[in-house]
Amino acid sequence: MKSLQELEEIRKKTLESLYLRKDRAGTRIVVGMATCGIAAGARPVLLAFLEEIKKRNIKDVTVTQTGCIGVCRLEPMVEVYLPGQEKVTYVNMTPDKVARIVAQHIVNGQPVTEYTIGGQQKKND
Amino acid sequence: MEDLSLHILDIVQNSIAAMAKEIRIAVKEDELNDKLIVIVEDNGKGMDEETVKKVVDPFYTTRATRKVGLGVPLLSAAAEACGGSLRINSKFGKGTILEVWFPLSHIDRPPLGNMADTIISLIVCNPDVDFIYEHSTPRGKFDFDTRLIRKEVPHVSLGEPDILDWIRSYLSEGLNEISGGA
Repeated sequence: MKSLQELEEIRKKTLESLYLRKDRAGTRIVVGMATCGIAAGARPVLLAFLEEIKKRNIKDVTVTQTGCIGVCRLEPMVEVYLPGQEKVTYVNMTPDKVARIVAQHIVNGQPVTEYTIGGQQKKND
Repeated sequence: MEDLSLHILDIVQNSIAAMAKEIRIAVKEDELNDKLIVIVEDNGKGMDEETVKKVVDPFYTTRATRKVGLGVPLLSAAAEACGGSLRINSKFGKGTILEVWFPLSHIDRPPLGNMADTIISLIVCNPDVDFIYEHSTPRGKFDFDTRLIRKEVPHVSLGEPDILDWIRSYLSEGLNEISGGA
């Protein structure tokens, strides 16, 4: 069983690593978590982002939530903010798409256009 | 919604929107009385009586992005579909208590789902809000309180990956021990 004492060790380790985090300060992944987003599958998408960020040991990225973005039929939606770049909105998200977004966009700064609103519309035309 | 843990994740968003800083989620699997009870209690800004009456109406919302507010009506409908019910007690400026119950053994009752994933998602997105989670089944009681964790890890956000990992294991282990199969 997990004990509260283990947290002291984690705290020390985390505080040490906090001083090293400077690379991607300001990068934010925002998941739409209103009723429409949650019903469409936002929770597994959010957890997939956390998992991928941890797996790749990426520092300085904040994963957070927002309410209804306003286009409920395209949920789950995720907005990615990279410092110095325009916001990119991913639509119809699934946990399978997360690894590619993290590798291509968060790490290498190249948005995955085919998962964005524009990309999805092109696919449907 | 596929299960109750997703409904709970959704209902707690209302508490967060009401600027709550402390949110208690209680799940009680009461086999003796054949009831599954979920309570969400917050210290947010609360609602006046008129607003409380309106929140079960799907065409009432305080938001401007759309004209519907489906969180509470969906949960209320899910409860009523199998003979349960939902009620809200709120005091303006004090906070809100939402209580919903389902007949535990009803064939149409949605499964409880993954409460550990719901609690983790809430902490990640709201690391400054305190969550108190109490879950009781005929096999025992499990308590989780972010205020206790915060005391052990001062100056560190609960959203840090290693802290979240610890919380996830703690929740999974604790909930497994008392698992009542809801």
